[in-house]
Amino acid sequence: MAQIEIDGKALTVADGGTIMDAAEAAGIYIPRFCYHKKLSIAANCRMCLVEVEKAPKPLPACATPVTDGMKVFTHSVKAVQAQKDVMEFLLINHPLDCPICDQGGECQLQDIAVGYGGVGSRYAEEKRVVVNKDFGPLIGGDMTRCIQCTRCVRFGQEIAGQMELGMVNRGEHSEITTFLSRGVGSELSGNTIDLCPVGALTSKPFRYKARGWELTRRAAIAPHDGLGSHLSLHVKQNKVLRVVPRENEALNECWLSDRDRFSYEGLYAEDRLTRPMVKQGGKWRECEWHEALQYAIDGLKQVKGEFGADAVGALAAPTSTLEELFLLQKLARAFGSDNVDFRLRQSDFRADGKLAGIPWLGMPVAVLSELNAALVVGSTLRKDHPLLAQRLRQAVKRGGQLNIIHAADDDLLCPVANKLIAAPGGLVNALAQVAKAVAEAKGASLPAGIDLSAVAVSEAARAMAASLLAGEKKAVLLGNLAQHHPRAAELHALAQAVADLAGAALGFLGEAANSVGGYLAGAVPHAGFNAASMLAQPRKAYLLLGVEPELDAYDPQQAVAALSGAFVVALSAYKGTAEAYADVLLPVAPFAETSGTFVNTQGDVQSFAAATKPLGETRPAWKVLRVLGNLLDLADFDYESSEAVRAEALEGMDVASRLGNRLSGVAVTDAAVGGGLQRVGEVPIYQGDALVRRAPALHGTMDGASPKAWLSGALMDKMGVKEGEMVILRQGAGEARLEAARDDRLPVDAVRVAAAHPLTAALGGMMDPIQVEKAS
Amino acid sequence: MERIISLFKSLLLIELLKGMSITGRHFFSRKITVQFPEERTPMSPRFRGLHAQRRYPNGEERCIACKLCEAVCPALAITIESEERADGTRRTSRYDIDLYKCIFCGFCEEACPVDAIVETRFIDYHGEVRGDLVQTKEMLLATGDRLEAQIAADRAADAKYR
Repeated sequence: MAQIEIDGKALTVADGGTIMDAAEAAGIYIPRFCYHKKLSIAANCRMCLVEVEKAPKPLPACATPVTDGMKVFTHSVKAVQAQKDVMEFLLINHPLDCPICDQGGECQLQDIAVGYGGVGSRYAEEKRVVVNKDFGPLIGGDMTRCIQCTRCVRFGQEIAGQMELGMVNRGEHSEITTFLSRGVGSELSGNTIDLCPVGALTSKPFRYKARGWELTRRAAIAPHDGLGSHLSLHVKQNKVLRVVPRENEALNECWLSDRDRFSYEGLYAEDRLTRPMVKQGGKWRECEWHEALQYAIDGLKQVKGEFGADAVGALAAPTSTLEELFLLQKLARAFGSDNVDFRLRQSDFRADGKLAGIPWLGMPVAVLSELNAALVVGSTLRKDHPLLAQRLRQAVKRGGQLNIIHAADDDLLCPVANKLIAAPGGLVNALAQVAKAVAEAKGASLPAGIDLSAVAVSEAARAMAASLLAGEKKAVLLGNLAQHHPRAAELHALAQAVADLAGAALGFLGEAANSVGGYLAGAVPHAGFNAASMLAQPRKAYLLLGVEPELDAYDPQQAVAALSGAFVVALSAYKGTAEAYADVLLPVAPFAETSGTFVNTQGDVQSFAAATKPLGETRPAWKVLRVLGNLLDLADFDYESSEAVRAEALEGMDVASRLGNRLSGVAVTDAAVGGGLQRVGEVPIYQGDALVRRAPALHGTMDGASPKAWLSGALMDKMGVKEGEMVILRQGAGEARLEAARDDRLPVDAVRVAAAHPLTAALGGMMDPIQVEKAS
Repeated sequence: MERIISLFKSLLLIELLKGMSITGRHFFSRKITVQFPEERTPMSPRFRGLHAQRRYPNGEERCIACKLCEAVCPALAITIESEERADGTRRTSRYDIDLYKCIFCGFCEEACPVDAIVETRFIDYHGEVRGDLVQTKEMLLATGDRLEAQIAADRAADAKYR
């Protein structure tokens, strides 16, 4: 510990800290631009110059370590003069265009210029002009305003993992630019907007829309991946105009993925449903709520009367709130049907009833950045969980080892210690190799039911086992692909065996905002049909909550076929293609327009209020479900608020004790590699749910590009297909025509064809066999 | 005693003459009645009347939707919505001044960095139905176009005091 004095205030601070840290902790403000607590120290803006006793010149507070007995003056004549001079230099080339700058009113340079700037400019010469760069559809650039703090550059290098922005040239000519005008493709790029202390990098979708002071800030929880990032929705005139992060060290730190940041645009998509609609005599017409509700319950009652309540199935999107899922399952069960599920993209339900708890991350999110060794199985990590991937990159940077078992050798922007890449049919085998290697290395036997005697262990698997056995903090994480895999239960059992033997934690990277909440709400069948069997054995009536079956289901072909022959009541915020299969469309409020609760992947129950009023005649889904319950004369459907629903859903429940990844009774005996050409059908980053599918800016990014059929070079040669040629993909009766593209990081027996996209909606299961042929 | 003085004053018509003298003075002095609206009282170049939006000589509207007038308006009479115009410039898609609320303080004009919103000397306006006195962007620009010569002259006259 060092004894120092700042502005006459005696402080005891830890050794190795900087003056800036000490001042921050003591609540003394030092002006700064380039300093950011989450980024490395650059000390290139010089705004934080302070006077230090016995130092001949003012020193930058952000880069000067504290020493015992140091006396610092932040407001002495010398310090203030230094700060004013730096400010004058910074303003020399900064354009005086605050009135048209989006940062105006919330600009650090403006604020600090008020405190430290001069009255007028002494600079009469010509000002510097920098040509604007194209940073893609999310970030607007006005680079003349840049003050070269390099926060955006350091963010790219240190947090996003790829240096997409850099500073070229020197002195007055230095400027921030992209590499060879490639644009910015990072899935975390939006954070540079928050980081930029001036108006050089601003949000393009928000461009010129509103001023900071006009916006009302409303707290919310991110509705996409399982992280449940904390958001602040900026609302003006009942419209969400911008989303920024709320700092939360345990979850999203101060970052936000682009998906969470820009998906709000989908709230105002053209196909928003604002009035109830019914289909009568094959024709759609808009109608009043009571009419639509009556039509819905008449239909449901008729099906129940004719075929029994078991002929009714309820499906919900995993991005629905806890309250909605709870009411949906309560409604379905009170109606007499146990067919309710929210796990639409899951294909293997063998683990149901054999799980000790609710699948969750298995550890707090913050632990991810401290792991010594991690094995990630079947996850398109960067796209599915942008911020969890960032955490894992931090772990690798601290010396942790990342091991990957996946169907594609994607660039994770950090060194990967060991990897096993296999087509979906070979993933069980790959994980089995690791399990066997760990067991052999430890001299322990595998748990009962797991017989891997036929598995040949590769070198990579041995290295992986060694890496997992060496570290102290370890985790085995199952990603979305592993959870959707047709043999997910076996992957789970093997991962558990690896974790147990290696002393690692087992975790699931939560797919959607409420993947844990769905289980908590009870929106899974006890004995009835699950999401897959409900569609494989078509029901006579379906109640859909926020589901777009052709994009949300594991096998869209099957889903569409099942729904088209049934009476379908769709509670949805969007029309989508619902007119093709639904009979009643009830407009329900999406994220931001309804209150509710999400339970994130680490088990935090996070409630939020509605940020805006529902659009048109839209109503929150919990209200609609409540009224449906009333109209069906079901008991106990008299909720006054979503809080009352939540109270009932979580009554007497200790959420933490309900979480658990332990699986028992799933045998793994056949770990042979599955043959034939298989589809690697992940959900693209901006196609995961109904909201983000409709966010135009995100779809203009590189990640939002329309899907291609990615084939390995060897496979292309074998088929005689060249890059850019069209290929026809077939699964079952459906086919899709896509452009072929080459990716040599894919296994030779895999075709990577994105799921959840209109262009591939005619295809079948996300990881099922697929045929590819050259289009004539 | 007082009654006697009062009697004398009455007999000698002193008070009547006093009164008549005031009448006489005003009768022959210069008249100050202004025959409004044919005649007008003099107006300062700083007079704050009906609002207008100005244009640049090339016809481009000056307003850049910075919203400083909206922020400074103490009566919350200004409503602005902004957008990016097709040519990439920052423009208003809506600019309303509610004259029912406006207190003609002139802060909007003070705040404007591009001299777009001004208060003119024009005061002869009225509303016939409810809502008539909400000035839209088109109305403000039309007022500006109509009175530009005088607006420019007034700003020039006042420039040295600014």
